[in-house]
Amino acid sequence: MKSVKQETVLLTTSGDVVVARQKVRQWAMEMKFTLVDQTKLVTAASELARNALDHGKGGQMVIEHVENSIRNGLKLVFEDRGPGIPDIEAALRDGFTTAGGMGLGLGGSKRLVNDFQIESEPGKGTRITVVRWK
Amino acid sequence: MSKLPEMISKHQEAIRADWLKQMSGAVRRADLMSNEEIDSQSRELLTTIASGAKSGGITNLDGPAWTPAREALAAISASRAKQGFTTSETAIFVLSLKQPLFAMVRKELAASPDAVFDEIWKATLLLDNLALITADAFQTTREKFIARQQEELMELSTPVVKLWDGILALPIIGTLDSARTQVVMESLLQAVVQTNSRFAIIDITGVPTVDTLVAQHLLKTITAARLMGAECIISGVRPQIAQTIVHLGIDLANVITKAKLADAFALALQRTGKTVVAMDSGNAKKTLFKKEE
Ligand SMILES: Nc1ncnc2c1ncn2[C@@H]1O[C@H](COP(=O)(O)OP(=O)(O)O)[C@@H](O)[C@H]1O
Ligand SMILES: [Mg+2]
Repeated sequence: MKSVKQETVLLTTSGDVVVARQKVRQWAMEMKFTLVDQTKLVTAASELARNALDHGKGGQMVIEHVENSIRNGLKLVFEDRGPGIPDIEAALRDGFTTAGGMGLGLGGSKRLVNDFQIESEPGKGTRITVVRWK
Repeated sequence: MSKLPEMISKHQEAIRADWLKQMSGAVRRADLMSNEEIDSQSRELLTTIASGAKSGGITNLDGPAWTPAREALAAISASRAKQGFTTSETAIFVLSLKQPLFAMVRKELAASPDAVFDEIWKATLLLDNLALITADAFQTTREKFIARQQEELMELSTPVVKLWDGILALPIIGTLDSARTQVVMESLLQAVVQTNSRFAIIDITGVPTVDTLVAQHLLKTITAARLMGAECIISGVRPQIAQTIVHLGIDLANVITKAKLADAFALALQRTGKTVVAMDSGNAKKTLFKKEE
């Protein structure tokens, strides 16, 4: 996977989640993703950015246009130095929440993208990487 | 050693006069800025550039000697961003200093063509750097400005409209995941009580993203409205939003949704015992809405 360009969005306030969504929408439009794919990417970004902010106590999103030998993709990496996720499998289960949410953010965003990877270490933080290919 | 710093200091007023004289319509934008403003901006900028060059040299603009110039550029960018200038118009304002500066170099060093070339090259680099600083500062201001506008948009109160006896509509525009959601939803519930309405149409055509937080707010409102005897209809569900909701796994099975506000209205009318009929052409006496028999 080769990087074409990338940009970082800090996630420290609720307004930053709005900015993150707008950046993703803008990049997905520039890369000529379909309207449905744009919406999927923006919604996944919204979920993961808010998780990094609410559960991870703030962090950042790196947005990256990537390409491999056959296609282009939009890659998003969400990183925080929060408490981490002790049981990733449980966290991914639909309806699982520790904060009174709907518990659909992780599982849902996984279904909205093509590649989905969680790295998390209790006490150290969480990194979630997603890619949607064109 | 470059002679530029010394030359700029010495001929500052002449350079500035030349600069203002040559400033083209596009750079000047008399429609956006007054003469006094451009006069004071150009004076301040040239003074700070002269002092920066004199004590800090012209190759590295990061040091403390250049701080006043950087701040002046940031202030100019900020005011121009607010006045509606574009990025390039703002950068060109700085770049348009090239011509008067080059002219001055040519005049001062007329005896030595090599030196002229050398100093013009250095002046080019200097002004390109200053233009870059300007463009960066402009961008930053614009982003802050946009973020503030967004915040204001989020704070906009969403009006609850009475469409018909017993039917309310709440057209939501903007982000729905902020604190304002609570306010908006509460005002809807209050209006339901006050108007004794049986139907409340929540139109989300103007909501750019429906994620789980937005859905949760909507579902809570629907449940609360039900407890007060009113049914909510969600309208303005665009196809791409519908797909995303399904992927997220949000269960809207118990919620009435419609693609268009008009469909939601027709349904609410029907459920309250009214119906929409077309007017016969030529017969103006017929009413648009008539009670169902
Ligand atoms: N970045 C994160 N840091 C720590 N915990 C997280 C993070 N993201 C998700 N979690 C945990 O996973 C749970 C499920 O997340 P999610 O599916 O988004 O549901 P919700 O946010 O509605 O609770 C959260 O309640 C939280 O306990
Ligand atoms: Mg979540």
